[in-house]
Amino acid sequence: MTKPLLSVNDMAIVFTSPDEPDIEAVRQVDLTLTPGKTLALVGESGCGKSVTARAVLRLLDKNADISRGEILYDAAQDGPVDIARLDPDGLAMRSIRGAQISMIFQEPMTSLSPVHTIGNQIDEVIMLHERMSQKQARERTIALLDQVGVPGARDRANAYPFELSGGLRQRAMIAMALACTPKLLIADEPTTALDVTTQAQILDLLRQLQDDFGMAILFITHDLGVVAEVADEVAVMYLGDVVEQGDVYEVFRAPQHPYTQALMNSVPRLQRKAERQRLSPIKGTVPSPKDRPEGCAFTSRCPHAFAPCPNIRPERTEVGAGHIARCHLLTQANVEEPA
Amino acid sequence: MALDTIAPLAEETRPTRVRESQLHLMWRRFRRHQLAFVSLWIVVAFYLVAVFAEFLAPTDPGAYSARYTYAPPQGIHFFVSDENGWHFQPHVNGYTTEIDRKAMRRTFVVDSEVVIPVRFFAPSEPYLLAGFIPMSIKFIGVENPRDPFYILGADRLGRDMLSRLIHGTRISLSVGLAGVTLSLFFGIIIGGFAGFYGGWFDGAVMRVVEFIRSMPTIPLWMGLAAAMPKDWSALQTYFAITIILSLIGWTELARVVRGRFLSLRTEDFVTAAQLDGASDWRIITRHMVPSFSSHIIAAATLAIPGMILAETALSFLGLGLQAPIVSWGTLLQEAQNIRTLATAPWLLAPGICVVVVILSLNFFGDGLRDAADPHGR
Amino acid sequence: MLRFAINRLIAMVLILWAVSFVAFAIIQLPPGDYLTTYVATLSANGDRVDPAAIDALRRQYGFGEPYIVQYWKWITGILLRGDFGQSFEWKAQVTDLIWGRLGNSILVEGLAVILTWLVALPIGIYSAVRKYSLGDYLATVGGFIGLAIPNFFFALILMYLSFVWFGANIGGLFSPEFENARWSLPRIWDFVSHAWAPILVLSLSGTAELIRILRANLLDELKKPYVTTARAKGLSEFRTIIKYPVRVALNPLVSTLGWLLPALVSSSVIVSVVLNLPTAGPMLLRSLTSQDMYLAGAIILLLGVLTVIGTLVSDLLLAWLDPRIRYGGK
Repeated sequence: MTKPLLSVNDMAIVFTSPDEPDIEAVRQVDLTLTPGKTLALVGESGCGKSVTARAVLRLLDKNADISRGEILYDAAQDGPVDIARLDPDGLAMRSIRGAQISMIFQEPMTSLSPVHTIGNQIDEVIMLHERMSQKQARERTIALLDQVGVPGARDRANAYPFELSGGLRQRAMIAMALACTPKLLIADEPTTALDVTTQAQILDLLRQLQDDFGMAILFITHDLGVVAEVADEVAVMYLGDVVEQGDVYEVFRAPQHPYTQALMNSVPRLQRKAERQRLSPIKGTVPSPKDRPEGCAFTSRCPHAFAPCPNIRPERTEVGAGHIARCHLLTQANVEEPA
Repeated sequence: MALDTIAPLAEETRPTRVRESQLHLMWRRFRRHQLAFVSLWIVVAFYLVAVFAEFLAPTDPGAYSARYTYAPPQGIHFFVSDENGWHFQPHVNGYTTEIDRKAMRRTFVVDSEVVIPVRFFAPSEPYLLAGFIPMSIKFIGVENPRDPFYILGADRLGRDMLSRLIHGTRISLSVGLAGVTLSLFFGIIIGGFAGFYGGWFDGAVMRVVEFIRSMPTIPLWMGLAAAMPKDWSALQTYFAITIILSLIGWTELARVVRGRFLSLRTEDFVTAAQLDGASDWRIITRHMVPSFSSHIIAAATLAIPGMILAETALSFLGLGLQAPIVSWGTLLQEAQNIRTLATAPWLLAPGICVVVVILSLNFFGDGLRDAADPHGR
Repeated sequence: MLRFAINRLIAMVLILWAVSFVAFAIIQLPPGDYLTTYVATLSANGDRVDPAAIDALRRQYGFGEPYIVQYWKWITGILLRGDFGQSFEWKAQVTDLIWGRLGNSILVEGLAVILTWLVALPIGIYSAVRKYSLGDYLATVGGFIGLAIPNFFFALILMYLSFVWFGANIGGLFSPEFENARWSLPRIWDFVSHAWAPILVLSLSGTAELIRILRANLLDELKKPYVTTARAKGLSEFRTIIKYPVRVALNPLVSTLGWLLPALVSSSVIVSVVLNLPTAGPMLLRSLTSQDMYLAGAIILLLGVLTVIGTLVSDLLLAWLDPRIRYGGK
């Protein structure tokens, strides 16, 4: 097994606000990213997956803070760095951003400055991290745009974002993220705002670029279809906790955590009308992190919840090769057979 | 396949709320704005002064006394000390005169030796409160009417600044209110039509509004005000000024009303009402107006300061209200000259009133606007 | 861009036409016609009235004819010959009276615009970036007070304070010896030592308003995803903010010139009266009170034209700054 590129260990993120009690939006996250592989982080809106992604780049808002855990980034030259301990505005962090780890966002329209040309915005990141003249940077920009499949790259570099379609904008965004050949690409729902055909093209592109550049990808999405398409590994998040993690095939084939199982059951499948079964949605709604039980976060909606669930946090349990879940059912099963 | 769609709405788990009226909710939101709340009381206090001007003002605003030209403010004191120690006795101090040899004129100095007793609810000449309630008691007065009583000083003709200020409050504040009422009337009718029916009428109205708003207002107002015949009575001038102010003032309110109508017209609940076959009139009065009346009130409140400022400015220039009428602007007109100012800086007092009222109205209006926005914090 | 500029120009011509109509209406407003007043004044002064000259004037301005004819004669006079009519009070051509005054107006107002921007920009940015800090709090309170003080009242206070503290009278724009001198270093210095007060007074409320708008705009922009994108590139916080959200927030700010200018021209009229500046304001007031209507009409017309041209310039500037408008052709 190759050396992990980035590992997030037991991370928690707390939001403070002057007139309300603190909210622990992310409670327990462990993730491992390996070069050349894609890890998909799945979960419902508000489960903390975007916050987790932003924490890796220390792009959290001022009122959010990593309260526990570490983010070990194993850069090639001088050993591992704990990103969680860096000053978010410091030089060390800034030299990682954009150069080593870069990020693409959900809204390709609003994620690009409306009043600067695409070329200008890509040149900037190249000139920032590499000693290049404006002219050299622009050549690189054009090559990148070409590589991500923007037709007429030389002219399009002088276009403003509003002149491009959503798909092209997202391609430009990807070109910007890859401008300094980063080792890790964080993609925060990069296809959610696009229509289905464009979505497929962008996913193809990402896969192909991963083959070319060999970077690790942390792919954040709430769409299980997308996960099946791009991911090597998957991590399922629920209300600030990673509840299950493992090889995408393993997890999809035999989900161990009740939440993952419920998710799989709520995905519609293409079937003849007569054979269709009713979808089984998860009962209830996601509680706010304020009302989260001390123990397993899924307790209030879990069909199998029993005595220890609300109060004791389940341990990580290895259920297969690299397949880990956090559920009392799994630990309990070893001790006694549930009645 | 999106996960967002899998959670069913859990209506039944939502805690039941006591139904509250829109107004009630707004009031609750408004009370959270401390500054706006305090400002509301300041505004109310000023309007009370305006209503009870005759009762609160110690003297008639026109009453002059050549003996006390530019007498400085006496202030007011509540305790006197004598051989028995301190005791409660509201009073003002008298004046002694000094001759300023350099400037060759008489100046007054407040003499703390002379104690002029003051009474609350002092009997006075009979007068009509607010024009129709006969009274013969003033809020405050000196026991001997021949004694000088100038809490805030006197002007060129020895008239009491405080009394004039109180009467000026009535005129200035009512001009603001009347101007806004008139503007609101035009604004709602014109803006409402433009916003609800759109089309060429909307286009034309918006061009006119843009045009008027792109003009420098003071020169326009000056031109219009200067055309008022000099022989008009005080009341005629007063109404003419109100009309002149709202000639420009309606534009802002029309813009707000139109904007509200436009954005509401495409809202789903309006479409729903239309599909239900409700008439235009019903849609406007039952569905649209209630959902933006609070915005209009806030916009109107925020328009009052502009009116007050404009009246003050015009009267200050001598083009608005004219001399026998006492408003903050006409009062400030007395303070135009630097020599006068150096002698009697207390003539600037009306300006301070203007600042306080405008500040309070702005805070109050801002608070109201925030409270009126149901999507606000 | 060209299409945008042409559209704007056409709109401007229409607005200018409306302005001229308003100015003419104001000329016509006072009861009685100008010539009757003129003759009455001449007779009252004991001057000999030359019927032939009066007749010539009557023909020139079209008195007694329908308003539309009078308007036509007035506006063609202005457009073709630069003739704004006569000032009966000054017994001179309006043209000879107003240009110097108007020049001073433009100078003072232009400087006030510059000061407004110079002060409002850094304070507004600071206020938004350090939201709820002490500085932000002070700027907000200062802004509210700045908006509530009527500018002429501020001028009065400034006048009073400088008289009491320094014994100086801050009226005027020049000392008498420099009044009609050519521009030179001492004259500039003399101008600066006089003009700071009116410029300060004039820029106060505009600055307050601009800070408020910039703060609100910037607070909106700071939340936008593209700011995060810029941070994710590894840009420093300062560069991120200056290059992206500030740049975007500037656009709507440029368009505020559209209302900043009318407000400024308005307040400069009244402030000039208080501070006794040799600008168009006091002349307008005087001509209005003495019903010297051609002079008043000309000043109102030119102030309006100035404002409209200023607004056009700000529109074009905005289009030049904002590609969305430039290419949108709106």
